[in-house]
Amino acid sequence: MDLGLFAQYVMNGLMLGMMYALVAVGFTLFFGVLDVIKFSHGDVVTVGAFTALAAFAGLHQLGFNSPWLDLVVMLVAGMLAMAALGMLIARYLVMPLRSAPALNTLLITLMLGTVLRESVRLFYPQGGNPKPFPALLPRNSIDLGSFNLRLDNVLMLAAGGLVVVGLQFLLNRTKLGLAIRAVAQDEETARTMGINFTAIVLVTFAIGSGLAAFAGVMNGLYYNEINFGIGLYLGVIGFSAAIIGGLGSIYGAILGGFLFAGLQTIGTVLLPFASAYKDVFAFAVVIAIMAWRPTGLIQEKISERV
Amino acid sequence: MNGYEPMAEGAERGEKAPAPLWPGLAALAAATGYLIALLAAENQAFIISLLAAGIAAVLAAAWLRLLDRASRSFMDHEDALAGCAVVAALAVAAYFHEDHFVLLLVITVLLYTVATLGLNIQFGYAGVLNFAGASFFGIGAYTSAVLNAHTAIPHLIVLAFGGVLAALIGSLLLLPVLRTRGHYAAVVTIAFALLFKTFLEVNDVLGGPQGMQVPGMKILGWTFNDNIEIGKISLSFYMNYYVVSLLLLIGAFVVVRRLERSWIGLNLDALRLDETAASCFGLDVVRWKITAFLIGNFLIGIAGALFGMVGSFVAPNNYTFADSLILVSILLLGGIGNPWGLIVATFIVVIVPEKLQTIQEYRFLLYALLVIAVLLFRPEGLLPRPVRRYFPGWRP
Repeated sequence: MDLGLFAQYVMNGLMLGMMYALVAVGFTLFFGVLDVIKFSHGDVVTVGAFTALAAFAGLHQLGFNSPWLDLVVMLVAGMLAMAALGMLIARYLVMPLRSAPALNTLLITLMLGTVLRESVRLFYPQGGNPKPFPALLPRNSIDLGSFNLRLDNVLMLAAGGLVVVGLQFLLNRTKLGLAIRAVAQDEETARTMGINFTAIVLVTFAIGSGLAAFAGVMNGLYYNEINFGIGLYLGVIGFSAAIIGGLGSIYGAILGGFLFAGLQTIGTVLLPFASAYKDVFAFAVVIAIMAWRPTGLIQEKISERV
Repeated sequence: MNGYEPMAEGAERGEKAPAPLWPGLAALAAATGYLIALLAAENQAFIISLLAAGIAAVLAAAWLRLLDRASRSFMDHEDALAGCAVVAALAVAAYFHEDHFVLLLVITVLLYTVATLGLNIQFGYAGVLNFAGASFFGIGAYTSAVLNAHTAIPHLIVLAFGGVLAALIGSLLLLPVLRTRGHYAAVVTIAFALLFKTFLEVNDVLGGPQGMQVPGMKILGWTFNDNIEIGKISLSFYMNYYVVSLLLLIGAFVVVRRLERSWIGLNLDALRLDETAASCFGLDVVRWKITAFLIGNFLIGIAGALFGMVGSFVAPNNYTFADSLILVSILLLGGIGNPWGLIVATFIVVIVPEKLQTIQEYRFLLYALLVIAVLLFRPEGLLPRPVRRYFPGWRP
């Protein structure tokens, strides 16, 4: 394989990996503070992207036409709306079921995912069809042999990297981050230390859901199209990525996201029939990984899952 | 799962004499009459008022403690009332003997009930999660599509093949499902549901997104897709399928009920409630989980195979993850672990959106909201599973 093509694949893999990582981080954050898996997380990604799209349409109605302003407003609108949605979900659906059997939490978040997905399909104007997503980033590109380095991809990767670094700073260097980590480690002790448990859980859900909205906008910008059904796919893949990395660890989730994207890219390149069977391959990998290493590659010290 | 709460409370606890039969019979007769009225209704406004009246009647009956009496009567005379339920099903069929659409609707209910009985063994007894119910249903349907079109295998055996194939393909998931628990097992089956639908869409052999035709059923030269003429009475050809579906449901129901009451059911209950304790008592957890998963998938597959022949058409869009979630909704709405509850819930979930055309498009959304409400306010479902009766006539 020539180098240009290889670089192209690496670039695609990195973009995919960044999106998966952002979704996987959400799963890990929620699991950390509440020990629950929120299956509706993928659909929050979709709703975030559609909120941003609605914000874009609104701006155009008002007559604004600057791509950068559009982008900032879309991101802010999507992330704030999803942060609020995440807090509502945590407060009214996930927390009331804390003492119920795990199956109930699982079902309620799965059904909530369906509610979000179907709401987008039914109530967004023509939400059932794939919607074009505006290309707002500069589309200049540099040709390096057969490799076409697109500026928008580079910008998105850099922005994703910045978000990850920012999250890392927030969790490890601020008081809020300390509180989140304390709650994740031991809820009881954290409470006795004067940490407001409910507030921390809500803030964590807000952060995770905001990241999901960011991933959704990124997905839209990358493919120039969004579809109401992508949330389910991104959710399952993001969850698997979080598991590969060992649920509960932020680094693991990021690593898992890139690893999964890598596997998917390699699969697409190596298997001749793979382009049509791309998603079949991805989900087969999910199942195989669950069979092989249910606790993830980086294992937790105590695991109650197997 | 709190399937072990006593159903009846208060004054009559400890009563030794069996409950009278008539409350159960009256409830069954009322339900059958109501069902016939609902199925026969055409006018949308009338259907809405009928549904409202039904909800009001059930609430009133619950308030007057009539439901308690009916359910106790069902507990004490289950076999007799089950026989009456079959008669009621035949009465519904006789009333609508010419109406293709209504018969198809009721057949759908019967076969969905068989499928959810399968899921019930997995979720309700063994506690093994399966969010790919519609996929295994689809495996059955595609089996009958392929075998009916390309081979001369007798169609009753094709049904069994559908079940076996669903169980075999399901056994590919055994390793990941057994090695994981709870959410993790759930994600395996969700991934399988997505994989299955995408696979059907992209491959060419099985018809791709357009799906395939399924040749109709034929048993010993009796063609199921011809209308029946007996003297002056003509019966819809769906009547053939109705009888087979009803027989299948009766068989599945008896098997599931016996399984639940037997020591196998006791083992499954034990390992659902506490795996560690169950294995301390010498139960082979893995063996029973495998048994439950395979039997469940077998039932789902048979139901799917027959449904494929009834519908005479299979396409990937009928076996999506959303459909699997509908099957789980039925299970949860009816009360996990209670086969009688499943029948009631399947009737509600399948028939209401078909009759109420305005909500047809919104059905996935409405069921999801309904399940969220059930989980928040009545997690045990409409008809909670009664306490296991260890001795005949024993009551908690």
